[in-house]
Amino acid sequence: MKKFSVPVLLTIFAVGTVLAAHFELLDLYIQTVIMFIGVNIILSSSFNIINGYMGEFACGHAGFMAVGAYVTSVLNIMFFTNSKTFGDSILSPELALWFFPVTMLLGGIAAAITGLLVALPSFKTRDDYLAIITLAANFILVSMFINMDSVGGARGLMGMKQIIFSMEDVAFIPWMLIWTFVFTYATVFVIRRFVTSTYGKGIIAIHQDEIAAEIMSVNTNKMKLVAFMLSSGLAGIAGGLFAHILGYINPNSFNILKSTECLVMVYLGGMGSLSGSVIAAIIFTLLIEGLRFIIPAMDTLIHFVPLVPETFHLSQVLKWVIIPLILVILMQFRPEGIMGNRELSDFFPKLKKYYEFK
Amino acid sequence: MLLEIKNLYVKYGNIEALHGISFTVDRGEIVTLIGANGAGKTTTLHAITRVPPPEGSKVSNGDILYNGKSLLNVPAHSIVSDYHIALAPEGRHIFGNLTVEENLKLATYSRPDDDSQKKDYQRVYDLFPKMAERRNQRSETLSGGEQQMLSVSRAIMTACDFLMLDEPSMGLSPLLMYDMFRVLKTLNEEGMTILLIEQNANLALKFAHRGYVLDTGEIVASGTAGELLNNPEIKKAYLGV
Amino acid sequence: MSLLKIKGLTQQFGGLTAVSDFATEFQGNELMGLIGPNGAGKTTVFNIVSGFYKPTEGKILFAEKPIDGLKPHKVTAMGIARTFQNIRLWHDMSLLDNILISQHYNLGYNLFDLFVRNKRYVENEKRMRNIAMQLLEQLDLVQFMDEKPKNLPYGVQRKIEIARALSVKPSLLLLDEPAAGLNSSDVQELIKLIAWIHKEFKIAIWMIEHQMAVVMSLCSWIQVIDFGKTIAEGTPEQIQNNPAVIKAYLGDENI
Repeated sequence: MKKFSVPVLLTIFAVGTVLAAHFELLDLYIQTVIMFIGVNIILSSSFNIINGYMGEFACGHAGFMAVGAYVTSVLNIMFFTNSKTFGDSILSPELALWFFPVTMLLGGIAAAITGLLVALPSFKTRDDYLAIITLAANFILVSMFINMDSVGGARGLMGMKQIIFSMEDVAFIPWMLIWTFVFTYATVFVIRRFVTSTYGKGIIAIHQDEIAAEIMSVNTNKMKLVAFMLSSGLAGIAGGLFAHILGYINPNSFNILKSTECLVMVYLGGMGSLSGSVIAAIIFTLLIEGLRFIIPAMDTLIHFVPLVPETFHLSQVLKWVIIPLILVILMQFRPEGIMGNRELSDFFPKLKKYYEFK
Repeated sequence: MLLEIKNLYVKYGNIEALHGISFTVDRGEIVTLIGANGAGKTTTLHAITRVPPPEGSKVSNGDILYNGKSLLNVPAHSIVSDYHIALAPEGRHIFGNLTVEENLKLATYSRPDDDSQKKDYQRVYDLFPKMAERRNQRSETLSGGEQQMLSVSRAIMTACDFLMLDEPSMGLSPLLMYDMFRVLKTLNEEGMTILLIEQNANLALKFAHRGYVLDTGEIVASGTAGELLNNPEIKKAYLGV
Repeated sequence: MSLLKIKGLTQQFGGLTAVSDFATEFQGNELMGLIGPNGAGKTTVFNIVSGFYKPTEGKILFAEKPIDGLKPHKVTAMGIARTFQNIRLWHDMSLLDNILISQHYNLGYNLFDLFVRNKRYVENEKRMRNIAMQLLEQLDLVQFMDEKPKNLPYGVQRKIEIARALSVKPSLLLLDEPAAGLNSSDVQELIKLIAWIHKEFKIAIWMIEHQMAVVMSLCSWIQVIDFGKTIAEGTPEQIQNNPAVIKAYLGDENI
């Protein structure tokens, strides 16, 4: 029975959080932070497929996130809400709840197909050249949405809160929190299955020696296609969640800065470590949110010193000094990230007794 | 004594690769270090040339004396420019996108542009006629054997009088391998001191004056080349006869 | 019927002719050698046969089927495996994974099976593991099963690379300088290993090698190429005494 410990704990955590949120024991801000952690876990672990397991340097993950976010949002708004741009709802708004996973998956599939934009060039190029291609793909996707007036253009797209309201009309429980748990757990589960199979290990072989992989019967082009599409598809799922958690989206929230956040999480956690990605996503989100409070607190603190002029204030921009600085220090002292390419169970072999994921 | 290694300990991180080895090389000698892969041969050369980590490693104890002076606090570039010790590294490490002549030119970076330099170009081209032929060819387009020649030529161009070679026969056809060793022999006869690392122990011992056998970071046997060639245990373990 | 038949093989890179009008034939499970000076085009021949280059001209028939222009993974799946001069293992994976991944040609399940972990997935994973374990036992490598190749001695790495090539059940094994970088006693082990594999697995072996001790003691037929052209072929004795070969390749042993 021991082997069920971890799954049971994970379920208890998810159910507990949802119940706590339902009975208003968790304030909305904390709920949002938990949901952002979920989104970031999906982003970092899916990005890890490319940058960690397959060893390519891609840097346009947010572009695929945008595709997922827009496709899911537009589908939901079109089908389940009355809006100016897309007209009256096509289906009854109560159905939004049941179709939400479907539109999320469709968003993921759209993102996966967009992933071809980088998967196909990857057959012939790698390293710096591929990095530039992914960067370009990110720019293309963002400027595409900026120039699409039907989805709000640069002003962004709103109306996803309507979807949540119609879900809550069916049953008044914290739906987004539930969906975040479902999709986050599913993502980690799917990636774990992929990279532990002989099939999936093909991408690790490509990382370590592509020529050897090809000569030992790994169809490297096909594996790259699968890896890029899986990775960008999951990023699309993260985008869909992100859009519905916030309630509105703007093309610029998926720009290169967001991709950089994904990169930071992957390298913080360790390339080729799934548990590393999860841990890094948690730490990174908490750090970003934590600095929101720490910086004003430090500001107050330094004003106790009479020497500091009244007009001087520490701004939130410091966040973008502190986080990169942490990264610089990390690269100096632990360049392989928190976990390297190992998993939690490699550090604590006893852990293996407490779960049996297949 | 030109080079004296005294009780040298070398570490990679926490792993000790050399456990206190001592050996000497006299002026004008050819000395060879033989032993299996991972025995610590390349580590020894890196320690002498002061290659910094991560590729090189840390000397944790012992000393390296060259002409009686310790090399331990000498930076790597100074080993070449001031002490005239040169290394033809394993895997050649030539500058692939430069031509043969540019590769040689780079090696003269720290020496005055005088007649002796011109003479050395001529000397290299005499020793390796192939190099003269390929003078203006990008070095990455050379065959493996030619790249090895370039690596040795480049070492000669630094005006070294102590030459260290890390597996010069690797990947060479028998013809080129024998040619290479004949050139090395000529260099030695002209006064060059040579420290050679070689997997092909038979060949190395036929060529060298003296040899040391390195095994997992320790020197397990030493003697003149003839003694080692006829030592039954060495024969069995390293010469494969 | 011949196993491998190469006719009129020519490979040009830009203006340079790396291989010109090369021909050879394997009837059954011979052990043949391909020798020649550095840059003579030996590895290019192997690269063409294993699918890395599409030849400029010429025909390659493997088991009567043309294979020139096929992708390397397809060629491997058809039964030609190879090793490399500078060992190309996946150094950061366990030895077992190294062998397992080489079963990609015969996975027996698809992505869908993988995600749902159905019976087909489980059975095929088990089957591949059994193949790998059996091979490791045969080659006496089980003790290193969980080790990463980078932590093993060079001689063992060489053996692992050969084991990995055997795991695709080839009928032709190409060995590109298997003795490169091995010390003299490892070389003796290698000679024994290759002879044993040839006998035990009953497969054809084609080998490029510079160490004459290896070539002369193993190969029944040797082909010598220089500047992409065949300059001699014959039994080891014939080759050793061929003046053209001595001049272009073997050289004078006196240092």
